[in-house]
Amino acid sequence: MKLLVDLRGIGETDRAQVGGKAFALSRLVRAGLLVPPGMVVTAEAYRQHLTGTGLGGRIHLELERKRFKDLRWEEMWDAALRIRNMFLNTPLPPHLRQALADGIGERWAEVPVVVRSSALDEDASGSSFAGLHESYVNVRGVEAILDHVRLVWASLWSDAALLYRQELGLDVGRSAMAVLIQQLVSGERSGVVFSVHPTDGTRAMVEAVHGLNQGLVDGTVEPDRWVLDRASGRLVGHHAPQRLAAVRPSGNGVGLEALPAELAATPPLDEREVVSVYELARRCEDLFGCPQDVEWTYAAERLFVLQSRPVTTHAAEDGQRSWYLSLRRSYDNLQKLRQRIEGELIPAMVAAAEGMAAVSLADLSDPQLADELQARLETLARWKGIYWDELIPFAHGARLFGQVYNDTVRPDDPFEFISLLSSGGLASLKRNQAMAALVSQLREDRSLAAVRDGTSDELPDQFAADLDDLAKQVGIPDGVSQPGPARSALLRLLREAAREGAMSVPAPTIATPALEEGFLAHFAGAERARASDLLDLARASYRLRDDDNIYLGRIEAEVNRALEEGRRRLTARTGLSPELLEAQQVVAALRDPAYRPEPVESTAKTQTGLISRARQLIGQPAGPGLASGHCRVVHRPADLFDFRAGEILVCDALDPTMTFVVPLCAAIVERRGGMLIHGAIIAREYGLPCVTGVPQATELIHTGDWVTVDGYLGIVILASEGADHGHPDESDT
Amino acid sequence: MITEEMEARLRELVATQRLAVLATYNGEHPYCSLVAFAATPDLGQLLFVTSRHTRKFANLQCHGEVALLIDDRSGDETDLRRAMAATAVGRAEEVPPDQAAEARAVYLARHPQLADFVDAPTCALVRVQVRTYHVVTRFQQVMVYEVAR
Repeated sequence: MKLLVDLRGIGETDRAQVGGKAFALSRLVRAGLLVPPGMVVTAEAYRQHLTGTGLGGRIHLELERKRFKDLRWEEMWDAALRIRNMFLNTPLPPHLRQALADGIGERWAEVPVVVRSSALDEDASGSSFAGLHESYVNVRGVEAILDHVRLVWASLWSDAALLYRQELGLDVGRSAMAVLIQQLVSGERSGVVFSVHPTDGTRAMVEAVHGLNQGLVDGTVEPDRWVLDRASGRLVGHHAPQRLAAVRPSGNGVGLEALPAELAATPPLDEREVVSVYELARRCEDLFGCPQDVEWTYAAERLFVLQSRPVTTHAAEDGQRSWYLSLRRSYDNLQKLRQRIEGELIPAMVAAAEGMAAVSLADLSDPQLADELQARLETLARWKGIYWDELIPFAHGARLFGQVYNDTVRPDDPFEFISLLSSGGLASLKRNQAMAALVSQLREDRSLAAVRDGTSDELPDQFAADLDDLAKQVGIPDGVSQPGPARSALLRLLREAAREGAMSVPAPTIATPALEEGFLAHFAGAERARASDLLDLARASYRLRDDDNIYLGRIEAEVNRALEEGRRRLTARTGLSPELLEAQQVVAALRDPAYRPEPVESTAKTQTGLISRARQLIGQPAGPGLASGHCRVVHRPADLFDFRAGEILVCDALDPTMTFVVPLCAAIVERRGGMLIHGAIIAREYGLPCVTGVPQATELIHTGDWVTVDGYLGIVILASEGADHGHPDESDT
Repeated sequence: MITEEMEARLRELVATQRLAVLATYNGEHPYCSLVAFAATPDLGQLLFVTSRHTRKFANLQCHGEVALLIDDRSGDETDLRRAMAATAVGRAEEVPPDQAAEARAVYLARHPQLADFVDAPTCALVRVQVRTYHVVTRFQQVMVYEVAR
């Protein structure tokens, strides 16, 4: 089986070796259309690479870590990044390398090329999955081309591809990827033509931009758009956008350049050329026997076909997948988002929480409290919407940087870049510093001796005020200005933290200047400035991803304050246990004294014949280290105040409003998975072992269980305290 | 739910596999043997038949504590994550004569071709009273199932 095939030498039976894209182009070449010269690295080369290096087994181990349906989008991204790094850091087997380097070097040693994915099943079905795999423009030299071939191979397992794994039939043992290498035709005008308009079968559509068509395809450059009548080929409409920029070859890749005034005022195509482009699409349609979506470019007045594929209706999107795909944003888009978040959204969240905090709930009548609670629930729902639509997508800044960092530095650890993002400025760390200051005061201040001993909760004024401030930051919205159960609970936690050696301090920031310089040294001139800007964006992304939860948490705390006030009044009236009342029941019951809420039923557990217990659970290795200790499983915020120094924090989803106990922890275990989630971020800050993505962690692990958290392997081992792995009843792996 | 799902997989594994690796001990070193096993419906007992002159039978006469490994390996690299293994830990003994008929029926329902072997005067029908199953899936996920007595 050949490893390299020229586009002109592809036969009718070669589709399974060259993939859909290359196969279609070869047919266009045979039909006499103008296609940039190219060759294909066949699927056989991909397979030889996987078997020759053992990469197939490693991909399998990564992807089967847990059930796909249990994977969150962040874990899918993490898995794709790990696999991408495996491809980046695994050299080609010598025989394969030699064969490819010889073949590629003969033709492309000095010529800039485009390295494109040509997936085996792409475009063969009725659905379109464009954009799941990578393509790279303006790659020069044999080494760089071979590097990019591996990156295209890796994109077979991109996060987006994993999202469509069922439709694509992704399977480590069977799936493979061909790669198309074509001479870069540096077109002056480029675009896309649909021989049938996607929404009107009687029409066709041409889109065009100045420069290369990458700007159009990824959405950064808005195109001119013409609509034509299919039957007559006549132009029936033209939409001209504000033409601002063009994508052109730049350095080792492409760059966005501002358009000079003259070009900005000129449509990329004249009417005659629009018709020529449409006619090209009709020729493709005739050749393939169905309506085509054709990418084209004009270079030196010659019209080239870059790609032709069937016009397809996009696969029906479920909301979650389209939301996830919308997270992939450009640097420019993320910069705008950053301005909005820092300039508008965060200040507005703070103001919303402060406004609610100023309301004295006890003074409200029942109907007024109902209105207040309803309004707060709506405010929270609105902010949660903003959180999903704008704040989470901003987290992509850190991911964008991670990919650039890995491509540039090629570290062994694909998550090394996170060390560079930590800047010590997290709001949760500042709060923890304030708490640490109170703890050392409690430990050392003689006037607090009785408080320290637990014989009194009476506090000096300044300490009381500082404690009250802290209380509002740890989920006690009413504060602790007066003695009572809340103050006692918070003091109990501080006393625990004041014990000798109980509290850990944040690990020194690992982001040494050397690591940062090591990254930036790969760039020069304007590229270095861009890399530095990207790092700055990533740091903001990392910080805000944590901070936004603090601010959202304050709004949630205010909603809960109103809810608790309502529940308190209703419990007195109905005798129902307060936690059995849902928020909307509270609103209804406050408005209508005759309304009797039905308590919420809890579901009974099914009985099985055997008595089960977890012995070892798998998650993701999110913070390196090894620790053993008793568990504290946190089901509700109040559980946090029972935390004892040296315990292991086990929770469903750790958010920054909960991380004030982290300085007391020996390790963190979380059900929610990911390398860039709060639990992982805070664990890294404190240098704690952390395993995230442990399914059912809070159900299978119980408070008091003795566990060992292996943050290197991403596993949690449950055993009796001091148990030796050699005990006959406990050994099992 | 992991607990219920893995229990269902354990039951399926025990129902579909025919052979298990039996680990015995002679006081000096462990010894492994492949045995054709059958399980009682409650998974409380695993039955196998052996000649009384085998090393394994001698071992379990002296040391009744045994382990049995039941797995569904296919032999390729995907086994690491996809294969499942259950280690049954318990005590082995020859089935007492008053319970032999019932145990024999359970065993022959699973291995009818071994009827001559079961009935040979030189063979013993052995039962392992299982205390726990240690079930490993996905290479590293381990659940323990205790048999209620």
